[in-house]
Amino acid sequence: MNQKIVRLPFLQNIINLVILGLIALVCAFPILHTLALSLSSAAAAASGRVTIWPVDFTTQSYTFVLENPAFIKSFGVSLLRVLVGVPVNMILTILVAYPLSRTIQKFQMRDFFAWFFLITVLFSGGLIPWYMVVRQTGLIDRFWALIIPGALPVFNVILLVNTFRNIPRELEEAAAMDGAGHWTILFKILIPMSIPILATLTLFVAVAHWNSWFDGLILMNSPDKYPLQSYLQTVIINPDPRFMSERDLALLQVISNRTTRAAQIFIAMIPIMVIYPFLQRYFVTGIKLGSVKG
Amino acid sequence: MQARSKFRQNIPLYIMLAPAVILVLIYSYTPMVGIVMAFQRVLPGKGIFGSPWVYWDNFKFVLQMPTFFQVLWNTLFIAGLKTIAGILVPVTVALMLNNVTSHAFKRTVQTVIYLPHFLSWVILAGIFIDILSPSDGVVNQILGWVGIHPIFFLGDDKVFPWTMVATDVWKSFGFGTIVYLSALTDIDPALYEAAVVDGASRWKQTLYITLPGIAGTIIMLTTLSLGNILNAGFDQIFNLYSPLVYSTGDIIDTLVYRTGILNNQYGVATAVGLFKSVVSLLLIGTAYKLAAKFADYRLF
Repeated sequence: MNQKIVRLPFLQNIINLVILGLIALVCAFPILHTLALSLSSAAAAASGRVTIWPVDFTTQSYTFVLENPAFIKSFGVSLLRVLVGVPVNMILTILVAYPLSRTIQKFQMRDFFAWFFLITVLFSGGLIPWYMVVRQTGLIDRFWALIIPGALPVFNVILLVNTFRNIPRELEEAAAMDGAGHWTILFKILIPMSIPILATLTLFVAVAHWNSWFDGLILMNSPDKYPLQSYLQTVIINPDPRFMSERDLALLQVISNRTTRAAQIFIAMIPIMVIYPFLQRYFVTGIKLGSVKG
Repeated sequence: MQARSKFRQNIPLYIMLAPAVILVLIYSYTPMVGIVMAFQRVLPGKGIFGSPWVYWDNFKFVLQMPTFFQVLWNTLFIAGLKTIAGILVPVTVALMLNNVTSHAFKRTVQTVIYLPHFLSWVILAGIFIDILSPSDGVVNQILGWVGIHPIFFLGDDKVFPWTMVATDVWKSFGFGTIVYLSALTDIDPALYEAAVVDGASRWKQTLYITLPGIAGTIIMLTTLSLGNILNAGFDQIFNLYSPLVYSTGDIIDTLVYRTGILNNQYGVATAVGLFKSVVSLLLIGTAYKLAAKFADYRLF
């Protein structure tokens, strides 16, 4: 390892560590501050006494948030979209990656289909025509609007094609000699040999589904169909009183106070934090694959 | 016939592709047809078949909008600064981390700085709106301790673009750092050994071994980001801007959203979107050409 050879002089080493520590602190601080706010009393938050530790510790904000049916409802929508959307994404990714990983000798249409999908990354119709197509296909206000229009993550297909191509051809050829068809080769050889990258892609699409907010915001007309991030967008970031009843407005006053806001934000972060250790483990795999040359 | 038996053998491949092909035809290719709306005055309920043609009127309208060139400039300015900061900060942090001998310390710092990459801009906007508030935000409170007057980070149009760059760096530099770190670990340790034998100083080692070692990665990521120069970050700006900062913070994507989705001027919004798509396509094409030439990068 090169670290041993190029060890820094003592003083420089200390300065290096201190600066890195400060950088890490700057990264962690906003998140810790939000956690501290969510566990402090509203009065302590309002008087600006909260920095990194809770002041007048209370879990009242969480109780309040978890008793809000709209919050629970949208949390459920988000969970459901992850549970349904991730398998849909992954199945389509695998089914497209396999044919595109064939050689042109075996599958003459390979390049045609590769470009068919690649073009959609390079050029798009833009927001408005896309919105009108989704509306024409009758998905407005339907749960499936969150799943179907984005069902094929083309970039993940590219990563998986590269993975499949790096698996030694001899394995497939030997299987083909024994009479294995395409489905057998895909399920018995390629998929079992690509488990790490498949796990990585699964985590990535799960995070993407959990974090999506814009589709819910413009494709759902009634807020009770919003996924969590769209719901948070409307109550925390961009409350629009024009669309609210008086009861909702009164509720908004309470749920938009600082401690409840912080509690809602923190709850929305929890699923990401739970899978973060796994995300991190596969992170490097994913990045290295991204730069694999075809 | 050999060709026919080959086709029959490949029938499963077409079956595998079919669902995705249908979905992509509907949700990616049909909207491309919808681009004709850029040349129409789209009437509610008439769609793209019943609306009258206005040819280049929408584009003329866009060019005469007093804000259009300002918006274009804002987009380029914010995206350009983000690109530069998005190289400098991760490279510096990666070099610093590479000098750390304690594995536990290195790992902790890495864990902390990657996390924001996985959080959505809705969540981060919720956090930043709170901590950057001029009245009760903790950042201005801390600045107050050292005698700096409150800064309206999200409401002052002179500060807003810089706030966007800073918060974007905050979210994404951890991701960049890991990319450069993995490039750094690929450098042959023998090079450093040889340099030490030759009496090269730390600074010279960085200059002549480390930086050239990761130059390929830097060039590749920089050229690829060229294709994003009209993407100043819709998710971020949409969640953090307000009419107070339209003069410096409004970007092409937010303009399309407001004219199209909020004001229902579908034709005009599609025209602006088309302008962006075409310019982006040209830039992405150039970027991939350059990346292929300088860094031997291949997408497929």
